[in-house]
Amino acid sequence: MSPTLRARPPVIVMCAAVIVVLIVGAALLAPWIAPHRESDFFGVVWGPPSAANLLGTDNLGRDMLTRLIYGARNTVGIATLTTAIAFLIGVTSGFVAASVGGWVDTAVSRCVEILLCVPVLISSLMVISVLGNSIPVLIGTIGILESTRVYIIARAVARTVTVREFVSVARLRGEGLAWVICREMLPNALHPLIAEAGLRFSFIFLFIASLSFLGLGIQPPAADWGSMVRENAQAINFGLYAPLYPASAIALLTIGINLLVDRFATSQARPGGHAIEI
Amino acid sequence: MGRLNWRGSMSRLLVQRAGLGLLTLVAISALLFFGTNMLPGDVAAALLGQQATPEALHNIREALGLNQPAWWRYLRWLSGVLHGDFGVSLASGRSVAGALMPRLGNTLVLALLAGVISVPLAVGLGVASAMREGGIFDRLTSILSLMSISVPEFFIGYVLVVVFAANLGWLPSLAMINPGMSLGERLAAITLPVMTLVLVVLAHMLRMTRSSLLSVMSTPYIEMAFLKGLNRSTVVLRHALPNAAAPIIAVIALNLGYLVVGVVVVEVVFVYPGAGQLMVDSVAKRDLPLVQACGLVFAATYVGLNTIADMVAILVNPRLKIPR
Amino acid sequence: MTQVLRIEGLRVQSASGDVLVHDVDLELARGEVLGLIGESGAGKSTIGLAALTYARPGCRIVGGRVLLGGTDLRGLDAAGRRGVRGARVAYVAQSAAAAFNPAMSLLNQVCEGPVRHGLMSRAQARERAVEAFRALDLPDPHRFGERYPHQVSGGQLQRAMAAMAISCQPDVLVLDEPTTALDVTTQIEVLAHLKKLIALYGTAALYISHDLAVVAQIADRIIVLRHGKIVETGPTQAILTSPKTEYARALVAERKAAELGVKTRERDRADTVLTVEDVTVSYGRRDVVRSAQFTIARGEIVAVVGESGSGKTTLAYAICGLVAARAGCISFEGAPLAPHYTRRTREELRRIQLVFQLPDVALNPRHSVGLIVGRPAAFYFGMKGPDLKVRVAELLVSVGLDPSIANRYPGQLSGGQKQRVCIARALAAKPDLIVCDEVTSALDPLVGEEILKLLRRLQEDLAVAYLFITHDLGTVRRVAHRVVVMLDGSIVAQGAVADIFDRPGHPYFARLMASAPQMRPGWLEEVLKGRAGSQGDTSIARSGTGSHLLE
Repeated sequence: MSPTLRARPPVIVMCAAVIVVLIVGAALLAPWIAPHRESDFFGVVWGPPSAANLLGTDNLGRDMLTRLIYGARNTVGIATLTTAIAFLIGVTSGFVAASVGGWVDTAVSRCVEILLCVPVLISSLMVISVLGNSIPVLIGTIGILESTRVYIIARAVARTVTVREFVSVARLRGEGLAWVICREMLPNALHPLIAEAGLRFSFIFLFIASLSFLGLGIQPPAADWGSMVRENAQAINFGLYAPLYPASAIALLTIGINLLVDRFATSQARPGGHAIEI
Repeated sequence: MGRLNWRGSMSRLLVQRAGLGLLTLVAISALLFFGTNMLPGDVAAALLGQQATPEALHNIREALGLNQPAWWRYLRWLSGVLHGDFGVSLASGRSVAGALMPRLGNTLVLALLAGVISVPLAVGLGVASAMREGGIFDRLTSILSLMSISVPEFFIGYVLVVVFAANLGWLPSLAMINPGMSLGERLAAITLPVMTLVLVVLAHMLRMTRSSLLSVMSTPYIEMAFLKGLNRSTVVLRHALPNAAAPIIAVIALNLGYLVVGVVVVEVVFVYPGAGQLMVDSVAKRDLPLVQACGLVFAATYVGLNTIADMVAILVNPRLKIPR
Repeated sequence: MTQVLRIEGLRVQSASGDVLVHDVDLELARGEVLGLIGESGAGKSTIGLAALTYARPGCRIVGGRVLLGGTDLRGLDAAGRRGVRGARVAYVAQSAAAAFNPAMSLLNQVCEGPVRHGLMSRAQARERAVEAFRALDLPDPHRFGERYPHQVSGGQLQRAMAAMAISCQPDVLVLDEPTTALDVTTQIEVLAHLKKLIALYGTAALYISHDLAVVAQIADRIIVLRHGKIVETGPTQAILTSPKTEYARALVAERKAAELGVKTRERDRADTVLTVEDVTVSYGRRDVVRSAQFTIARGEIVAVVGESGSGKTTLAYAICGLVAARAGCISFEGAPLAPHYTRRTREELRRIQLVFQLPDVALNPRHSVGLIVGRPAAFYFGMKGPDLKVRVAELLVSVGLDPSIANRYPGQLSGGQKQRVCIARALAAKPDLIVCDEVTSALDPLVGEEILKLLRRLQEDLAVAYLFITHDLGTVRRVAHRVVVMLDGSIVAQGAVADIFDRPGHPYFARLMASAPQMRPGWLEEVLKGRAGSQGDTSIARSGTGSHLLE
């Protein structure tokens, strides 16, 4: 085994893992661990931190910590669902296109390339302007748009696997597409796909947060980190840090996930190249 | 195989790429137009909201030309766009071009400034950290840049506001621009938004520059260069960088494209009167002609940058530059 | 003779602590050529690079001294070691195509060393480079350096690398398998030029190779290495004629077997299995195989031999249906086969099996050996449960593997074991014809020889026919009944092995035969002399502009 795998992960990676576990745990256990109810009012707008409200209160006088914990539910849950949809569509179509090849591959790839030429933010703004911003519309739109990005990665990964000779052996045996994709190709493409899933999740998560921040994502009164930044943005002008709490929560989760993905990706790669000049 | 011949083949590639870019633009304009028209929503109903009587609906459809076939409306819209006429805003009734153009200028100033600062900085830092791979500097930039690509634009924006506007009081927290402002005032106003944008794209470009360089560094010809007794900086600058140029350029273009999009959020954070802010407002108001116009302009900038990047990548590719 | 390089107790470790080189001692006198011979993993390249006090990423020199003209290079600082690399000890890599920077002209790369080391001005370096180009018979030596690596052929590039190595007039040259990646007809040119260059500049050289015959032509002394240890050392003649250790004897015997071959009788060819009629295969507008025509009889071994770019592998793929033939007909026992495998029936697919060159990529790393070997039996014959287990064990035993290996994964096997698993997988389909695409060329000679023996034994036991794709005449001589010779996509000769080796009908085959290296010292000079007499300098011109540029 290579030493990079054997060595204990650095402290920063351990911290990242702890952060991700804490946030996901908070999302799952929100009703049991939140100190108050989601829309309990305390009367003071942007109140300072106190024993009752550890992080103070928000723009309507609700407990910031409670809102954050419930917000984790919505934000993380919706991002997870969207990532799952994007992966289901992207990986399936990418692998089928790469293994079938020919005109199917060309046609799908051309269509995807055109979609890729429009930034996701622009295309989703267009869709939202027509369909409105209900949660199913958000999930469906972003899922489909992001699946084009997943498609590109999945197809590239699948192509590096299809050219390997054991796939030719299976095809020459007369195996069907399902065996070739599920038994021969997918097991050999897992590492890059897992890394991509992590990156894609943090991207989608950030994206939904940004939409909510723009007022076009998840709508009040549901608690959600992006909208919380928006609702509390005015506090900045009074020298208060209210919007920084939800913004930091967003940043912490994505930093955590990206650190883990980075660690995962480098543990799969070549040994560090700095030994080159001994 | 004369020199003339290869120049011919290379310029053919360039023309092909430019043509492809143009074709993509047309495809995108169609996608944006038909996409927004064919989605199962009714603009007229959305516009009228609760007060929609059948008569009012009919009138507004007539006024918008919604009763004509879609392809006919698309051609009319496209020919209008080519003449600089983006139609009329549903919300204000004023010309879209008149509302969009001055704000587009503001946005471009912001993006351009951020690009000019971030590109050389990113490439320089990326090369420096590849040269000292595994060193303290490299590990520090690696962690910091990973963090900075992980955080949302508004987080960076608000942190900068808290530090430079709220605590230090050096710069204004809002980037409002009025015609009466002096150049100095304007620069002060847009410093924070530009800083935010720079931080957003810098990290990604830096990381990609570094990893493009390092992937070249693991090739046999780099080992050969070391075995010839060259020192690391000569090897990186003379042997690795020219071969990593094409991917680095691609990444730069991608990030400049991202700049165009990232600007939307930054404009909202700093209440900057740019095209991004305009687009967000018109999406909220469901002002379709304005949304289409903004979308087209953003997408066109993005496609244009990518096309240029690919063309530059063709120009610097040694295998294309010198044929067999 | 004065000593130039002396390595004492060299010890190299990988990052995970495996010892790659164990306490190796060697010395090199001025003007001497020392051959380092061994299989993959013997540590030859690692020792060669250690002469430049260089270790690949993930390796570390942990002990010993590297003395160049009396100073220990390991005692120098980084700048001191850089000053030695290229200037006093220079390296020639196996693949010139990979070792030249694609973005720089050849001249810039050749002159870079002496200029950066401050040994010469740019003009002087240029002059020296042109001189070296001329000595190496590179075309138009004054302007050759203006070209870029992708503009010249493989043989020329390898010679240009030699010019680059010699540019600083180093004391020691490390030649790391410099001809292994080349075709035999090109290899002989490069070998001759390297020998000439070493004599001309009086440089000492470490010549690293896995091929005893090649080393025999150039080395004064030979060191035989295995698993990072020196097995035997001695003058070339002594190693070749009277090797003392078991391992060296096996290496020499393997080479001898390749040169002599095995006598085979022409078989009864009445029962034809495969007929290839007028088959043409094209990639785009280019014909890679042109009007190929031959037959394979039941239980017969037919070898298709040719150099890279001759179309031999494409022909094999067309027979299996991996690429579709554009014209012509491939029929199996009289019935025509569809050009593409997707149109063939399961039964047709079962009866022709393909074994690939690289066992590493031919086995799914995520499948156990049991699944790999058992799948064809399950797929074609519906076997399952205990029956399948018994069948897998039987197949593994028949290829000389322990049945317990069924629970392992390909990553845990050696190269030879992996190739045996591939063969077992092919046998599981009970085929009539097995197409073997260079099945031994990725293996070490001794391992390859075992595989050839296994294939012959299976052929006798099972009466299966083989189509053997190879570039190595030694392989042909050891396994085949018949041989088909390909050049630039066309079949130029075919016939029984015994006949064609005795009376090569086509001049190309004669040239191929003459180029296959032999262990006898002095062989290289003989061949070159013979060639100069018959063809003048055309052979060198051909190797420069011929088949390589067609690729």
